[in-house]
Amino acid sequence: MRIAQAALVAVLTASVLAPAIAAPSAGSPAQSPAPKVTPGPGALSLPLADPYPSTYVPFPSRPTLIRNATLLTAAGPAIAHGSIFMQNGKIVAVGATVSAPPDAVIIDGSGKYVTPGIVDPHSHIGDYAAPDTFSNSDGNEATNPNTADVWAEHSVWPQDPQFPRILAGGVTTIQVLPGSANLIGGRSAILKIVPAQTVQEMKFPGARYGLKMACGENPKRVYRSRGPSTRMGNMAGYRAAWIAAEAYRRRWDAWNATHEGDPPQRDLTLETLAEALRGNINVHMHCYRADEMVQVMDMAKEFGYHVTMFHHAVEAYKIADILAKNGVGATMWADWGGFKQEAMDSVRANIGLVDAAGARAMIHSDDPSGAQRLNQEVAKAMAAANAIGLNVSEAQAVKWMTINPAWALGLDDRIGSLEAGKNADVVLWTGDPFSVYTKAEKTWIDGALLYDRDDPAKNWETDFELGYRTSAVVR
Amino acid sequence: MRRLLVATLAVASVIAPIVARAETVAIVGGTVEPVSAPRIANGTVLIRDGRIVAVGTDVAIPAGARRIDARGKIVTPGFINAATVLGLVELGGEESTRNANVKDAVSADFRPWDGFFSESAYIASTREDGTTTVGIGPGGGFVSGQTALVELGTGTAHDMLLKGPTGILVDPSGGGFENDADRDETAGAPNTAGNEIADRPASRGDAFGKIRALLDDARFFAAHQAAYDEGRTRQLAASRASLIALGPVVRGQLPLVVAADRVDDIDQTLLLAHDEHVRVIILGGAEAWRIAARIAAAHVPVITGAMNNIPANFSQLNQRQENAGLLRRAGVEVVLVGNAGGGDEDQFNARNVRFEAGNAVAYGMTHADALRAVTLAPATIFGVANQIGSLAPGTLADVVVWSGDPFEFATRAEHVFVKGIEHHEPSRQDLLIERYRHLPPTHAAPPGQSTP
Repeated sequence: MRIAQAALVAVLTASVLAPAIAAPSAGSPAQSPAPKVTPGPGALSLPLADPYPSTYVPFPSRPTLIRNATLLTAAGPAIAHGSIFMQNGKIVAVGATVSAPPDAVIIDGSGKYVTPGIVDPHSHIGDYAAPDTFSNSDGNEATNPNTADVWAEHSVWPQDPQFPRILAGGVTTIQVLPGSANLIGGRSAILKIVPAQTVQEMKFPGARYGLKMACGENPKRVYRSRGPSTRMGNMAGYRAAWIAAEAYRRRWDAWNATHEGDPPQRDLTLETLAEALRGNINVHMHCYRADEMVQVMDMAKEFGYHVTMFHHAVEAYKIADILAKNGVGATMWADWGGFKQEAMDSVRANIGLVDAAGARAMIHSDDPSGAQRLNQEVAKAMAAANAIGLNVSEAQAVKWMTINPAWALGLDDRIGSLEAGKNADVVLWTGDPFSVYTKAEKTWIDGALLYDRDDPAKNWETDFELGYRTSAVVR
Repeated sequence: MRRLLVATLAVASVIAPIVARAETVAIVGGTVEPVSAPRIANGTVLIRDGRIVAVGTDVAIPAGARRIDARGKIVTPGFINAATVLGLVELGGEESTRNANVKDAVSADFRPWDGFFSESAYIASTREDGTTTVGIGPGGGFVSGQTALVELGTGTAHDMLLKGPTGILVDPSGGGFENDADRDETAGAPNTAGNEIADRPASRGDAFGKIRALLDDARFFAAHQAAYDEGRTRQLAASRASLIALGPVVRGQLPLVVAADRVDDIDQTLLLAHDEHVRVIILGGAEAWRIAARIAAAHVPVITGAMNNIPANFSQLNQRQENAGLLRRAGVEVVLVGNAGGGDEDQFNARNVRFEAGNAVAYGMTHADALRAVTLAPATIFGVANQIGSLAPGTLADVVVWSGDPFEFATRAEHVFVKGIEHHEPSRQDLLIERYRHLPPTHAAPPGQSTP
């Protein structure tokens, strides 16, 4: 209903304004310039606004050298018997021989592996916190097909006991997305996996927002009684929203350029979509079927935005060449399928085939259990790729859980690989991370050791678990 | 051109009738894990007429036997995933493909295997990954119905059934009071127990009281069936069909498979078994490690996973990945199943039970115990150890030759036998990969014509 009204307004506005896009208002040009007004800050719709800014501060760190380990850098071939030195939150040096100051903590990595911290681009942790209670069910604002106005960070519960568990699995950065009930679900939150009292303390400084959208069965199932109830209804819903958002973008870009007259009415839904049209928000689209993904890429051209990446993308392998040509990524499970018809063509070689076609391919969890073992999920995908002769090396496969998802979040200049100058988000594994027997032993974020399997007393325990966790055995 | 040939061959292999028959096969030179006996280096497994006839280092190989060179390979019994809905649910989101559900709270007579789908796409994909038997059971309800074991061979549902019932599933929560939020509604994995259940228990005490009353009535019914049929008895707690189905339970011949995670629910189940003189198997058992010694002393098996550590509700606050290893060390017969959630291990990924075993080893179980937990242990607790679960002579020839450690991701099941027949049928997933291995896909090319 709201979409329909907005679309109508957009059409009328567009016909009045065209082609005078820069006009400050729809009023008569014969009037004298409107007086300057000073609206309250909440009235303004500003590009790249940051009203809930990150208050993240890195935890204390010590200069640390890991030596004699196998390094999977995600930036080149594996380095056997290599060393990595981190200091002041950054990676300082990576290579066969690395020097470190005498006060550095030295860790012998014999028989062990080092990788960049894992980046999970599709999580609901914090929004669907454990335990699975009514109170904690904060992930799907399934009250309207278009809820571009909701921000995932406003549901995040920092005491979700799933956070320390994924840190123990080597995950250092996640994108928390609203659920997939809606055509347009809302803004994502990019979080560091650190103990915190507020979500602001977890927010990755400088990370741009993502926008969650969803194709196919979920929206049409959730809204089947009121619409959309079909895939064509889904497409009509997105398009109406983009039309309204484009009009909104023009009105605000014009007002922001001149600050003349009363500002247009601010609208959180249209504001988020306008930011996506401006290229200030990465668009993340949940789609399973190949044909729907291609329709969505056409829609993006119709409205002049870019789809950063398809999520789930169970049939991405069928159109991997088209994804590559359009510069659109795909984030996938290793082997989920069969839970609905649009997931029935899932194949374990999906990631390998998309990667081989030259598109950005990566793993995601969408699940707090799988998120603890993304290395195992990648191992399954790698094995399936190699079984059909794709010859995926460990040095390549590690990118599926590090630099490629960092790219999808627009953070590949800061995280995702073991390279000098990057944030020291580092994982030391007990062995080959693609073995079922290997566990993350230590996890550093910005050089701070935040998880140590060998020192359980110091590991992060959320408020929720206090007084509930026990090691007591009853005879 | 070569591409086309490969595609044509793949199609031909599907269309050609399956002519494989049980043959005489000698698998030679492998590291043999009989499970029922110690590991044999450089051993031979001899298969004839669908059964294992000899295992050892000095097995005489009959003339004409097909030899499989297993040097450098591992030979095990076919794996068993004891708790799935494979063949009962094809596509979770499509009700027309779901045959696991019941409507009544007490449905002890429900036999879900009557609805097993022998053409399920997951039979081939599960089998080619080395799992040759699955346990199937109902979803939803309180006394939900009967469980069974199905061999992933050929034929119709009736041909594939190994044993049913193997137990009667009881979920004290009835899908009701355990979880407050229904995450599944939009996450894409509709609850297979998503149907409305009438008269399910309202709380734990209600549930255990109802189970006891039900067993009491089942005993009463068995003793007074004629009077019941003539209408000369009081009203009983379940339908006539359910009371008949519970007969083997109260006679101690058939276990109740009780879904219990909270330590107290598990303890209550042990008390129930003791008081009512019934056999029980714990399913789930998230906090079972806390009373491992009691469970062992009661000789109660536990079906659990090794990848769960999330306090997903107030019955699982202390679940941990060490659970399986701790239980086994205390002497409990542990069966590993995939139940970490999210990935719908229920059917599509029933094949992943081998990775559950690997994770159990990573968290303290011995490799031998983990192997037992996906082979002989489920066969034992469901009373079919004389047929499957080991490489003991006389058992059905469900045998897998693995390229390496069966729990590792890079390992492949190179030869898979079910009842002595080696299966090569490509799965639906194999055929999709073949079609889209090279883009654009080959299906557009008319047969016999090469693309330019």
